[in-house]
Amino acid sequence: MRARIRTARKAMVLAAAASLGAGLLAGCADDGKSDGSGSSDGDSGGKTTISVGLFGTMGFKEAGLYAEYEKLNPKIKIAENSVQRNENYYPALLNHLTTNSGLLDVQAVEVANIAEVTATQADKLEDMSKAPGVDKSKWLDWKWQQATTKDGKTIGLGTDVGPMAICYRTDLFKQAGLPTDPAEVGKLWAGDWAKLVKVGERYKSKAPKGTFFMDSPGGLIQAVLGSEKEKFYNSSGEVIYKTNPAVKAAFDLTADAAKKGLVQSQTQFQPGWNSSIANNKFAAIACPPWMLGTIKGYSKPDAAGKWAVAVAPKGGNWGGTFLTVPKSGKNVKEAQKFVTWLTAPEQQAKLFKVQASFPSAPSTYTMPEVTGATNEMTGDQKIGPVFAEAAKAAPEQVIGPKDQIIMQGLTDNGVILATKGKSAKEAWDSATKTIDNKLDQ
Amino acid sequence: MATRHDTAAPPAEGGAAPGRPSADPVSLEKERRRRDRLSRRWQRDIRWSPYAFVSPFFLLFVAFGLFPLIYTGWASLHQVELTAPTDMNWVGLRNYTRIFDDDFFWNAAKNTLTIGIISTVPQLLMAMGMAHILNYKLRASTFFRVAMLAPYATSIAAASLVFVLLFGRDYGMINWALDTVGINPVDWQNDKWPSQIAVSTIIIWRWTGYNTLIYLAAMQAIPQDLYESAALDGANRWQQFIHVTLPALRPTILFTVVVSTIGASQVFGEPLLFDANKGTSGGAEHQFQTLGLYLYEQGWVAQHLGRASAIAWTMFLILIVIGIVNYVISRRLRASS
Repeated sequence: MRARIRTARKAMVLAAAASLGAGLLAGCADDGKSDGSGSSDGDSGGKTTISVGLFGTMGFKEAGLYAEYEKLNPKIKIAENSVQRNENYYPALLNHLTTNSGLLDVQAVEVANIAEVTATQADKLEDMSKAPGVDKSKWLDWKWQQATTKDGKTIGLGTDVGPMAICYRTDLFKQAGLPTDPAEVGKLWAGDWAKLVKVGERYKSKAPKGTFFMDSPGGLIQAVLGSEKEKFYNSSGEVIYKTNPAVKAAFDLTADAAKKGLVQSQTQFQPGWNSSIANNKFAAIACPPWMLGTIKGYSKPDAAGKWAVAVAPKGGNWGGTFLTVPKSGKNVKEAQKFVTWLTAPEQQAKLFKVQASFPSAPSTYTMPEVTGATNEMTGDQKIGPVFAEAAKAAPEQVIGPKDQIIMQGLTDNGVILATKGKSAKEAWDSATKTIDNKLDQ
Repeated sequence: MATRHDTAAPPAEGGAAPGRPSADPVSLEKERRRRDRLSRRWQRDIRWSPYAFVSPFFLLFVAFGLFPLIYTGWASLHQVELTAPTDMNWVGLRNYTRIFDDDFFWNAAKNTLTIGIISTVPQLLMAMGMAHILNYKLRASTFFRVAMLAPYATSIAAASLVFVLLFGRDYGMINWALDTVGINPVDWQNDKWPSQIAVSTIIIWRWTGYNTLIYLAAMQAIPQDLYESAALDGANRWQQFIHVTLPALRPTILFTVVVSTIGASQVFGEPLLFDANKGTSGGAEHQFQTLGLYLYEQGWVAQHLGRASAIAWTMFLILIVIGIVNYVISRRLRASS
């Protein structure tokens, strides 16, 4: 009797152990088909659920676009799955792409990563230029090109762009004896970033105590390089950042501004930098539309309306997103239809109104949603036309897979050192050494 | 269970005879075979069951410990990128030989060592002191003991983020406090030693209580009569601590040193979050980039899986060397006592 009970119990324990082990092992194997956000099953109650993977707050939901699409297509349900930071979102996406599993129906890709995805993962994504209803001419040319492979496949449709302008504090400019009208301010530095630094020197000579001209060296070099046609890669895909005179010039200009004390010794999006917004410590900042949202987030209420937006010395771009449709998704056709609709000019204009994500479709630039747009931080200035001008003037920039690493090296391991008393050469050596080590496979 | 013959009603044998086991040779032989079978099962059970019981751990260990370890070793001999992990180019030992003249690796190794020393030594000394104090009869001693452990229960991320604010250059509380006593503000994130001290502070804050409790437990196990006889011999409290407490704690100290060394060699979260924006580069001049951070940077930021794997294996070998040194020292200590 006892032996029998023991064997039975043993069998049960064994079975339990085996199934536990097997379950755990299976858990790390291919879970692509069954996994997802839990709500991504293809057919729930007769409805098709399109799962959308995003990062940050992209505002589609906030602008009511999902609800609108669901109303237009009663058989469709949209399920959003958003990761707060792209630094966490992108590595996971890349893992899913390389293993071709666990991908949602729609996946967003940031412009900093689009070149890498386009170059290495294009075979796992649908060619959106072939999707019904997609018209290439609706997008800014350079935006379209950024997600297009060498053999002409376009793997993502553009949502927003980050046309760069200069945002400045009218009250601080006034105290420093500088003009405050956006048109006049824009003229001060039109055409040349070196002129912007000159204005900085003028500002410094009469600056209100304890304030700087610009927010950070990183922001300045990012802006200068954003307006170059070629920065880190040439059109045949070779890394040229070390020999490109434009990069060295931008670096030296920023290091010079840092040396002269025109920029704060801060790194963007760090707590210290955030506090410097709250405490009104700087007068100007390179400023894509989304930056106004950042400024608002950290400002005290009395800063509202004290900012203005002027055209930058040269048009450039900083930021923006693409929506891709993975081939291994469950509802490829429906997802393509949805992405085509979501990135159409009308929807982009609606998104701009709510989220200040600037449209990548030039036809919106004459729509009242853009031309009449104002922002809480800039009072009653009509900011749409300034950004639209920057978007149209932005060059068709060559972007490469490791842009982000190179840019981060130049800012965080480079120009920031110039604010710490290092010479431009020392800072450049430190930056290039870091970057080369990271690029070396 | 339900199919047992001896408990279930036997099939009718001719109807009238009751189902008692009869003594005929056929059924005796049957019974003997049945017992043999049971006994064989029993032996197999005794022999193999323990393996079955421990197998879940080992299955998981093979899947999540051994396999990654071997695969990492294999990957370290290749040029592999995270964007195409299956696309491997054999490069032999190049990923290892290049470590010898990789300034960033040795910088990270040095930082790991210095942060390890700056964090471990004060940590253990303070833990010892606090354990000694807590070992006296105190009011609300349970409260103090629980309070000691509170930092240990806090998540690394939460603690590090708060410390980043405290150590802020322009608006941080620590610089504000220094300023009130007339000391110039310190750039805790960007200067080499201040940043290492700041990172070490987070580690010290988090682990001192844990070590205190371990020391305290060991102190309470020391027999009271040792102290009494020492007092009879005229030893004061300090002499008692040196000549009674410390020798008795020797194995415990060794244990905490080993555990802290392992912990120090793996420091990752604190420096990663101490400068969240520069993240894996550990400061503008890599001034607080530890080996763990450098490994992560190579693997997940620069996406060079092969190089990262070689760094991981090198760290593993360094740890083995440290382990051997520890073992030799502890054997010497044991032999001398």
